[in-house]
Amino acid sequence: MGSSSSSRNKIPNAQELMDQTGFSSAHLLRLYDRFECLDRDNRGYLRQDTVDFSSFVRILAHFRPTDRNRNKEGTQQELPNSRTRKLKFAFQLYDLDRDGKISREELLQVLRAMLGLQVTEEQLQSIAERAIQEADLDKDDAISFDEFKKSLEKVDIDTKMSIGFLK
Amino acid sequence: MLRCGYALFWLLGSVLLICVVSPVKGEAVVTHEGSHLKLSKSSHSNESQHGHSSNATGIPIISFKWHHVETSYLVAFWMIKEKKKYILPLANREVIEANHHVTSVIPESALLICFGFILGGMIWAADKVQTFTLTPTVFFLYLLPQVILDAGYHMPNKLFFTNLGGILVHAVIGTCWNAASLGLSLWGCQMGGAMGISCTGDLDIGLLQYLLFGSLMAAVDPVAVIAVFEQVHVNDVLFIMVFGESLLNDGVTVVLFNVFDAFVSLGGPKIDAAEIIKGIVSFFVVAFGGSLVGLGFGLLISLLTRCTKNIQIIEPGFIFVLGYLSYLTAEMLSLSAILSIVFCGMCCQKYVRANMDENSVQTVRYAMKAFANGSETIIFVFLGISAIDKVIWVWNTGFILLTLLFVLVYRFIGVFFLTWILNRFRLVPLEFVDQVIMSYGGLRGAVAYGLAVMLDENKIKEKNLMVCTTLIVVYFTVILQGITMKPLVMWLKVKRAAVTEVSLLEKLTNKMFNHTLVAIEDISGQIGHNYMRSKWKYFEENWMSWILMKPSARKKQDQLLDVFHQLNLKDAMEYVTEGERRGSLEFVRNENSIIDFKKKSESESFDINNANISNDHGVMSNTRDPIPSVSLEMHEQTMKAVREAEAINAHHLLDQHLYKSRKQHRHRFSRSHFDINRDEKEVQEIFQRTMRNRLESFTSAKMGVKPPKTIVKHTQKEQQQKMPNGKSMDKAKTSYSGDEGSEGDSASGYDQSYMRATYRAGAGIENPAFMPDLDPMDLLQIPPWLAESELDSSMVALSHRAQVGLPRTPSNLRRLAPLRISTRSTDSFTLENIPDTQQMDSDQLPPPPPPRPPRDDGYV
Repeated sequence: MGSSSSSRNKIPNAQELMDQTGFSSAHLLRLYDRFECLDRDNRGYLRQDTVDFSSFVRILAHFRPTDRNRNKEGTQQELPNSRTRKLKFAFQLYDLDRDGKISREELLQVLRAMLGLQVTEEQLQSIAERAIQEADLDKDDAISFDEFKKSLEKVDIDTKMSIGFLK
Repeated sequence: MLRCGYALFWLLGSVLLICVVSPVKGEAVVTHEGSHLKLSKSSHSNESQHGHSSNATGIPIISFKWHHVETSYLVAFWMIKEKKKYILPLANREVIEANHHVTSVIPESALLICFGFILGGMIWAADKVQTFTLTPTVFFLYLLPQVILDAGYHMPNKLFFTNLGGILVHAVIGTCWNAASLGLSLWGCQMGGAMGISCTGDLDIGLLQYLLFGSLMAAVDPVAVIAVFEQVHVNDVLFIMVFGESLLNDGVTVVLFNVFDAFVSLGGPKIDAAEIIKGIVSFFVVAFGGSLVGLGFGLLISLLTRCTKNIQIIEPGFIFVLGYLSYLTAEMLSLSAILSIVFCGMCCQKYVRANMDENSVQTVRYAMKAFANGSETIIFVFLGISAIDKVIWVWNTGFILLTLLFVLVYRFIGVFFLTWILNRFRLVPLEFVDQVIMSYGGLRGAVAYGLAVMLDENKIKEKNLMVCTTLIVVYFTVILQGITMKPLVMWLKVKRAAVTEVSLLEKLTNKMFNHTLVAIEDISGQIGHNYMRSKWKYFEENWMSWILMKPSARKKQDQLLDVFHQLNLKDAMEYVTEGERRGSLEFVRNENSIIDFKKKSESESFDINNANISNDHGVMSNTRDPIPSVSLEMHEQTMKAVREAEAINAHHLLDQHLYKSRKQHRHRFSRSHFDINRDEKEVQEIFQRTMRNRLESFTSAKMGVKPPKTIVKHTQKEQQQKMPNGKSMDKAKTSYSGDEGSEGDSASGYDQSYMRATYRAGAGIENPAFMPDLDPMDLLQIPPWLAESELDSSMVALSHRAQVGLPRTPSNLRRLAPLRISTRSTDSFTLENIPDTQQMDSDQLPPPPPPRPPRDDGYV
C-alpha cells in the first residue's frame, strides 16, 4: 500500500478528483500512468495544452459503469457517471457550437463524419431532417437537451456508455 | 370460432383425402411431407414390416392401416401447427373454446408431448406393440438439423458474441460439471445403498456407466429451450445465455458421450492418462472442427448467393441444402454437427440477406420457420409417443428420483457458481432472478433421449432404465418446468424483452456511443471488447464484405440507413392505409390532387414527392430545396375535397381506359424466374399514358403561371414516383433505351432538366407538345369531331396502336370533359380536374390546324 500511496502523492489533487469522479485510487493511478504515457513531452497537458490530468480524468469518468450499491449512499453531488451526465456528454458531442441545441447543421456534420462516403448528401440531409423531426417537440427545428433526453428515454445509457475496465 | 371450425373442416378434409389417396397408392408412403418425414416413415414401415413378418399374416393389415392413420395424423397435425397452432382441436375437440387459454398457460411443447401420449396410447391399443419410437438416426439426421439451422440463421449475432464468454463458460464448464456431478453422485448413492429399492434387485451400473449417463443428461436441449423460451419473452441477455448455452454445449456433450462410451467399452482398468488426454484433445478438435466446418459452409453459401443474380429462384435452396450438408459433413467427420450448422447459419445470415433478393429472403425465413416448426412438433409428439412402451419402463424409484433431484440441484449450483465468477468480469452483472431463470431453464429434451437410445445394450445392461429415466427427466423438465416457467418469470419480475420502436436519433446516438467507446478505450490504453469489435468490423467491411457481398449490396449496409429506410416505409404504408381507410386511394394515383396542391404550396408537395421517392428507391433526388421533409399528411386535405366528384368520374374513366388487351397474355412458365405475367406492350402503353399525363400537367402548369424551376423538377420526380411500380419504370427505361437516339436532342431549347427527364424516359420524342412555347398551335391538332371518329375505331385495338403511338381518347370522354378532348389530352384519367386556368387557355387558343397523318397523331 505504501508504494501506491506514495505514487498517489504525485497526482495533483488526487483526493478531490476521487471524490468528484468516483474513481478509486487504483484507477486513478492507472489513469495517471496512461496519461503520462500519452503526454510524450511531459508537459502535463494533452492536445496542445488543453487537457490536463484532472480534465482527462473527468472526461473518462463519464464512462465509468454505474455501480448500484454506491450511488444509493446518497453522495451529495452527482457523479459524472450518472445517467444525466452521460447524456449530457453525448449531447455535447453533437452540440458543436455549445449553444445548448443540436441544430440541423450540427447533426449533419456528425452524420457525415459517421456515415462517411456510403451515403449521398441528400440522404444525409433527409436522415438529419427525420432525426430532428423525431425528437423536436417544440418545433424549433433543433433538439434541445430536454428533447434529447426524452427521445433517448428507452436507451440503456448506463450500459451503452460504460467501459468495463474502469469499474 | 368460425376460423376454428374452418381449420377443423379443412383438416378433416385433408385427412380424409390422404386416407383415400394412400390405399390407392398401395404401399407408397404419403408424399406430402418433407423428405425427412418420408425417410422416417419408410424406416418405420420397414421396422413394422419386420416386426410383423414373424407374426400371423392377419395382423399386418391392421398395422398397415394404423400406419396410414398415423401418417395422416402427423400430416394433419403438422397442418394444425401451421394453422394457428390449434393443437387441442384434434386431440380434444370439446375443449376448442378453451384452447386459447390453454396454449397461453401450457407451453406448446408440453401440449405436444401430451398429445403424443394420446397418440401413443391409440397405437398401443391397436397394435399392442409400440411401433413408432423416435429413433436416434431419424432424430439426429432428419429432425434436428432444421431446428438448429433456424436457430443459427436467426441468431442475433451481436448479442451472441457480446455474451460469448459467459455462454462458453456455461456451455463448457457448466456441462462438464453437470455430467460429472450427476454421475458421481449417483454412483455415490449406489455405493451408499440408496438404489437398493428396485424391483429387479441390484443395479448393475459401474462408475463409468454412471458418468456416461451423466454426460447424456448434462446437456441443455436447444429444442426444448427454444420451445419454452419462445413463449416467455425474457430479456435479451438472459435469453441468449440460456439459448446460446443450449446450442454450444452440444460439442461438449458429444465429446463427453463418445469418450465415456469408449471408456465403458474399454473397461475401467485400461484407462490411463493418455486416454484421458486424448479425450480432452478430442473435445477441442470436435468443437472447433465442427465450428470451422460450419463457417466454411457459411462462407460458401455467401459466395454462392453472391453469384445468383440471374437465378434467384434457386437461392433459397442453397441455404437449406448447404446448411444440411454442413451438418452431415460434420457428422461424417464425427465433429459436432450442431455447432457446425449453428455457425453455418450465423456466418451466412448477414451476407445472404444482403445478397439475395427480398423475395428470396422472405422465402428462406418462412421456409425455415416452417421446417423448424414441423420438426419441433414431430420431435415432441414422438417424445410423447415413445412413452407408451412397455419395454422401456423399468421402474427404479431411487434411481429416477435421485436423478431428477440431482439434475435440478446441480444445475442450480453450477449456474450460480459460474455466474458468480462471471459477474466479476461482466459490465452488467446477471441478477439473482436471472440466474434463477437460467437454472430453471435447464431443460432436457430430445437430444438426451436420442443419446440414451443410442446406448449399447450389450455394454450397458440397464439401458432401459436409463432411457426410462431420461424420459422422465425430459417430461419433468419440459412439461412441469415449461408450464411453471411463465408464472415464475412473472412472479420474480424478471426483466422482459422490451418492445422497441426504432427511432433514428436513437440509432444514431447508439452508433455514436460505439464510436466514442472505441475512442475512449483507445485513449485509456485498454484493449476491450469495443476495441476488438471495431477492429473486426473494419476487417469485415474491408475484406469479408468485399468478397462475399454483391457490390450493390455493399453500399447500403449501414444500420442507420436501414432504420431510415424502415421508417420511411412505415410512413408510406401508414399513409396508404390511411387513404384506404378513407375509402379511396385516388389521392395516391391521381396526379391531379397533387397538382392542385402543388399550386397551393409548391415546396410542400415537392417534399412529399421527395419522401416518396426515397421510400421507394432509397435514392434521393438532387434537389435544390435544402431539406426535403417526410410529412406525408399533406395530401389528405386535398384528397377530401376532390374525392367525391372524382370518384365517379375516375371510375368511369378507368372503366373506359384500362388497358384492354386482346387475349395475348402469354402464360409464361419458367422454372428459374418468377415474373409477374405482364405483357410488354401493356407496360409500354401504361408508360406512355403516364408520360402523357406528365406532359399534360406540365404544360397546363406552364400555361398558367410561369412555373419556377422546382415544379419542373417536380414533374420529373413524379414521373418516377407515379410509374405503375418501380420495376416497370426500370423496364421501361431499358426497353426504351433504343429510342434514346439523337432525336432527343432535336427537342432542344426548352428547360434543360425537363428535357432530360422526358428524354430519358423515352416517350414522345417527336411530340410537338414538347415545345409548347415554340409551337402553341400544335397543341390542338385534332379537332373534336375528328378525334371522335378516329377514336371510335381505335377503341378496338388499343394494344395494337400502342406499338405505333399513344391511344387516343374514346368518344365518351368528350362528354365528361368536352374542352379537354379537343386538345391533345387524350388518355388522362384525371382529365376533368385539370385546373380552370388551363381550360381557359385552351378556349382562347386559335382553331386547330388540319389533322395530321395518323402516325403523328399517335404521339400527340
